[in-house]
Amino acid sequence: MSLVADNKSAVTQTLLDQLQSKSSKVAFMPDAEIISAIRYLEDKGIPNNKHEDYKYCNIEAVLRKEFKSVEQAFNELTKADIAPLKIDEAINLVVVNGNYNEALSEKMIVKGLTVKSLNELSSSEKGLLSSQAKSDTDALIALNTAFTGNGLFLQVDKNNIIPMPLHVIYVNSGNSSNVTNTRNFVNIQASAEATLIESFYNIGTAKVFSNFVSEKFVGENAKLTCYAFQNEGALSYSVNTNQVRINKYSNYTNNTFTLSGELVRNNHNVVLADSNCEAHLNGLFISNGTQQIDNHTLIDHQMPHCESNELYKGIAKDKSVGTFNGKIFVRKDAQKTNAYQSSKNILMSDDATINTKPQLEIYADDVKCSHGTSTGKIDTEALFYLKARGIGEESARKLLLQAFAQELIDKIEIPSLQERVLNLFEKAL
Amino acid sequence: MISIKNLHASIGDKEILRGINLEVKAGEVHAIMGPNGSGKSTLSSVLAGREDYDVTEGEVTFNGKDLLELSAEDRAREGLFLAFQYPVEIPGVSNINFLRTALNEIRAYHGQEEMPAKDFLALVKEKSKLVELDSKLASRSVNEGFSGGEKKRNEIFQMAMLNPKLAILDETDSGLDIDALRIVASGVNKLKSKDNATILITHYQRLLDYIVPDFVHILYKGRIVKSGGKELALEMEAKGYDEIKKEFEIAD
Ligand SMILES: Nc1ncnc2c1ncn2[C@@H]1O[C@H](COP(=O)(O)OP(=O)(O)OP(=O)(O)O)[C@@H](O)[C@H]1O
Ligand SMILES: [Mg+2]
Repeated sequence: MSLVADNKSAVTQTLLDQLQSKSSKVAFMPDAEIISAIRYLEDKGIPNNKHEDYKYCNIEAVLRKEFKSVEQAFNELTKADIAPLKIDEAINLVVVNGNYNEALSEKMIVKGLTVKSLNELSSSEKGLLSSQAKSDTDALIALNTAFTGNGLFLQVDKNNIIPMPLHVIYVNSGNSSNVTNTRNFVNIQASAEATLIESFYNIGTAKVFSNFVSEKFVGENAKLTCYAFQNEGALSYSVNTNQVRINKYSNYTNNTFTLSGELVRNNHNVVLADSNCEAHLNGLFISNGTQQIDNHTLIDHQMPHCESNELYKGIAKDKSVGTFNGKIFVRKDAQKTNAYQSSKNILMSDDATINTKPQLEIYADDVKCSHGTSTGKIDTEALFYLKARGIGEESARKLLLQAFAQELIDKIEIPSLQERVLNLFEKAL
Repeated sequence: MISIKNLHASIGDKEILRGINLEVKAGEVHAIMGPNGSGKSTLSSVLAGREDYDVTEGEVTFNGKDLLELSAEDRAREGLFLAFQYPVEIPGVSNINFLRTALNEIRAYHGQEEMPAKDFLALVKEKSKLVELDSKLASRSVNEGFSGGEKKRNEIFQMAMLNPKLAILDETDSGLDIDALRIVASGVNKLKSKDNATILITHYQRLLDYIVPDFVHILYKGRIVKSGGKELALEMEAKGYDEIKKEFEIAD
């Protein structure tokens, strides 16, 4: 075995050993599932930059450098810690260090809505777990499967419309360096509708490697609108995997806002499994310092007459690095597909980097697909025009960057969430 | 108002302005004419503070201040206004928001408080009438999708809102139809006072029929080669620049 491969497995093995000695057994995950997840991890290792999908995002190096030893020691959280993170218009549910915390969550009885921890799943519901996110496709999913916390199960029964947004607050609270594996399953049954906000915070005092996996299933004629609000701060390194499957006549929208986090890797994978459904993925990030923000999307068109839209924008300051890698598959049965993808970025310094990589693989012949990427500096002509009217350099820049981001911020239909995003965005400018 | 002495400016190693001298007093209207590429827009850009150009020699005093020392925004705050030959489209920034920000930053510079929203809207209403600017344009993104003529009108609307001491209008007449020209010109005339001044850059006598200049200057190859009264513009229109070109041919 080569030296490189030895090192690779060494990092993974160290992590596995530490997690195995410090975590309790996951009750709801079948043993066979855990064993095959660990086997996959040992075999493939945590991905480094030689892995095509992690070319600009060396997770192995992060673990080697920042998580030499993991203690898995956490602070207790109180209602007062959670209060400022809540969203008024929503039902606020809290997941602490990967575990659903009922005491900190709001209780509300809503017709057709099920909220419970993964430990409480019935045996038929357990069958849903890992149906979308499979351990043998990605080492981070495998890691999550092997060590997953007692996460959240959300279900909207068929024909029910949940009138207010559901807000899941994922908060880490480590007081020495730690790895959390948060998992959930969101099941929107046929003709049901829900809005889901997922917020990510670290209010601990130590570095956290947060490995999140969400499986989302959108049934026939159902609608799910999601917002990911990522504001985990400088101590956080996170990989967030969304594995979504949407069905006939359904509509899935996700808007991701990344406002802080030393490393944020988002894997957003959507399978359009049946005809006449649509998926909309949007994202906005602003990064500074040495932050790394990496958005990977995979849109898998399997059946005819479906539509997908992607719009990702980023502003990279200082020495930060932003990446957008958008894959679109159009399978041979997926005739009459409309798939659009656009990624626009602004580099605010000579030391900032943007990587963009659209990948279209089209096996059907009657489709409309387009993609576009642009990366540039702030428009100096526009800047001069504003300054020539008496607007100072700084406000002029802010006006232009706000204008750049506005179409994404406008997509937020929940006023207090919009205000929260806008405030943090303006502060980060 | 403004006094320009021996102004030289270049871009890279190409010298574009080669010693401009010009004195404009309060209450005056000056017209600058000259063939394409002679440096008219460069002069206005240099005065407005565009950083692409290097001023290699000369000085400019604006109401007692060393203009060249000031940033572009401070020049505007001191009362200099450039109506762009090619107004810039700024998608996503509304005209209103843009003007409110500009106006309030200028006020802050002079130690004044922000203008109350009500007064601001009243001012917008009053000034857009002056140039007969469709009120819908005010809420749209700055210049985005505006027709050529609408863009020029929007420049004068901004001028009216900001009430500058010195306005430099760089070919504001080009692209305007006859009616629009009349409206814009009458707007400019209404804004004229004994305390402010205007520099009109134009290729056409037609504009000068409406806004009558006190002085006309001919810019050629980066120098003012001829100055006179309003009749100079008529003369140029009749004869063209051939004679000037022959007389002042400068080897590059
Ligand atoms: N940014 C630049 N880079 C290179 N050359 C420039 C630049 N700006 C101006 N020039 C050159 O300087 C000369 C003067 O240009 P300027 O735009 O000032 O002319 P003008 O008198 O306004 O012409 P017009 O009547 O066509 O508007 C031209 O030869 C032009 O190509
Ligand atoms: Mg010009």
